[in-house]
Amino acid sequence: MLEIRNLHAEVDGNEILRGINLDIAPGETHAIMGPNGSGKSTLSHVLAGRDGYTVTAGTVHFNGKSLLELEPEERAGEGIFLAFQYPVEIAGVNNVYMLKAALNGVRAYRGEAELGAVDFLKLVKSRVKAVGLDESLLNRPVNEGFSGGEKKRNEVFQMSVLEPRLAILDETDSGLDIDALKAVAEGVNALRDAERSFIVVTHYQRLLDYIVPDHIHVLSKGRIIKSGGKELAHELEARGYDWLTSEAAA
Amino acid sequence: MATNAQDIDAFVDRKYDAGFYTDIEQDTAPPGLNEDVIRLISGKKKEPEWLLEWRLKAYARFLELREPNWAHVEYPPIDFQAISYYSAPKSDADRPQSLDEVDPKLLETYEKLGIPLEEQKMLAGVAVDMVFDSVSVHTTFRDKLAEAGVIFCSFSDAVIDHPELVRKYLGTVVPTTDNYYAALNSAVFSDGSFVYIPKNTRCPMELSTYFRINAMNTGQFERTLVIAEEGSYVSYLEGCTAPMRDENQLHAAVVELVALQDAEIKYSTVQNWYPGDEEGRGGIYNFVTKRGDCRGARSKISWTQVETGSAITWKYPSCVLKGENSVGEFYSVALTNNLQQADTGTKMVHIGRGTRSTIISKGISAGRSQNAYRGLVRIAAGAEGARNYTQCDSLLLGDRSAAHTFPYIECKNPSAQIEHEASTSKISDDQLFYLRSRGIKQEDAVNLIVNGFCKEVFKELPMEFAVEAQKLLGISLEGAVG
Repeated sequence: MLEIRNLHAEVDGNEILRGINLDIAPGETHAIMGPNGSGKSTLSHVLAGRDGYTVTAGTVHFNGKSLLELEPEERAGEGIFLAFQYPVEIAGVNNVYMLKAALNGVRAYRGEAELGAVDFLKLVKSRVKAVGLDESLLNRPVNEGFSGGEKKRNEVFQMSVLEPRLAILDETDSGLDIDALKAVAEGVNALRDAERSFIVVTHYQRLLDYIVPDHIHVLSKGRIIKSGGKELAHELEARGYDWLTSEAAA
Repeated sequence: MATNAQDIDAFVDRKYDAGFYTDIEQDTAPPGLNEDVIRLISGKKKEPEWLLEWRLKAYARFLELREPNWAHVEYPPIDFQAISYYSAPKSDADRPQSLDEVDPKLLETYEKLGIPLEEQKMLAGVAVDMVFDSVSVHTTFRDKLAEAGVIFCSFSDAVIDHPELVRKYLGTVVPTTDNYYAALNSAVFSDGSFVYIPKNTRCPMELSTYFRINAMNTGQFERTLVIAEEGSYVSYLEGCTAPMRDENQLHAAVVELVALQDAEIKYSTVQNWYPGDEEGRGGIYNFVTKRGDCRGARSKISWTQVETGSAITWKYPSCVLKGENSVGEFYSVALTNNLQQADTGTKMVHIGRGTRSTIISKGISAGRSQNAYRGLVRIAAGAEGARNYTQCDSLLLGDRSAAHTFPYIECKNPSAQIEHEASTSKISDDQLFYLRSRGIKQEDAVNLIVNGFCKEVFKELPMEFAVEAQKLLGISLEGAVG
């Protein structure tokens, strides 16, 4: 489904990604771990199409299409969703109204008919319960005045409405207490199925106790230096990253 | 994100949609400003002697005044002698009694604007008093209003039919001596609207006027007077567009509102006059004096404006809060693009005890435009317990536009409470990327953010106008507004 080959990317002339190779099959959940500054968030943003990153080499294919040539909204149309580490506040723009524009934008890209207000609200009602988002947040401005946990839950809620084929969770656990973390993880797990894939970017092993990945990759200095199964997380928890980074350097 | 600033520029650069020009024979005075021209105007309108005297006095005052230059706008000197001060559609001599009698060219113009009279008539609850150039050509719903005792007519008709009311209130809110453009307007005003709401009457419909400027080199000098008697309520809607043309056009209107005890006036404006081309050529100069007098206790005046047009805007709808516990409100969205310049805001003058005022101003600057908020809050010594809340936000699009804020506060009563909040922001790359990553196209994302920014003001507009306002922002920012 997703094939990343020798991906190099830089920001302001500094090379951050130095040859990433990664294959993700439908239904798989891959965790990307690594120390600060290893390029985890850059990888997320490059996949979602954020401006300001220059891809200098490599390819990314998503279901056979070259992803790097598409605008962010086109990537969303193809089924990519990025759950932000720091969800953005947008004053005056109603949360559920934005989501309706998003869903219909995605549907238009796929040549599907617009979803009417009644059907849309029905969908929203069912999803909002599933992810445990406070319903009163639906009609508030996007993320404005939301707590850290509410923002992350709102990301998962948006994901559940947009039903992406590949969801990228960028440090979704950051700033969450254990209860909020569990709730967000439950929301994510409810969306896992045989078709949908996930990239879970995290600094800590903790999140992976709740969202159990099929594969774990350790990123360091812009390269994947180690890949393994879910047990790798516990090894990292016990030994830290240093043994890997020094191993890679040696 | 180098491309983004350009992309935004590309779609704010939309052409003016209502640009066209109608060729109708005009009954026009030769260019020039002098006492004879004023006598001609007054004579054409068959005005009583006192009004001619009033005009001449204003003209004498105008000659002593100097053109104001304190506003943050720049334009070449105006040659007042090159302007023709009277122009009326020819059909004025024989006023049409029904649509069939109206010049078909005129109707065509309105149809191009998307406001055909036939539809307007059907728009239940909205009476339309149209001003085409200087003379009102059609008034609808007058009968229904008359039933309620409401007078809604052209200013010229009011001078003939209700001289006592006009004489009692004209110039009592904006005196002829008030400022340069008000004095000019008082001397040469051509026509406008007159509204009178009797005691304890709720006006049965929203009142609206569509202004339009159409004749070459003819300054527009509208005069509007709204009087709300004790315990009455009226909502007045004013909206305008103008055809595309090359000459700069001066528009210096005066609007006076009088609210007596427990009366409320809601005055809403959507303004879309021709802003000039990308280089700023040919746009309208809009130098307007709008003021409301809260004369009675607990009276209330609300100004709501959405300004997207004109090359230069110089406009400060104000409230003089004389009555005890009277309330003044100002809600404004001003959008400037290309080389447009706007210096707009409000004055809240607190005189009575317990008076309150609210100012919410939203400025949006795109292109190379200059957008300034200028506001005065004055608390007089006797305004015990007066309160003001001001919120003044600016949004910048692209990186060549500018926003300025000039708040003035004068407080002579220690019990007053004055709050002022101001912010300036750009549409951030983060916000745009967030929305785009959800599947929303860039131009739709910009529209969502801009509309969100204006929401507090839009919700103050009457329903039918809120739609119009979003449409106008859409014209200036391209694409349907979300």
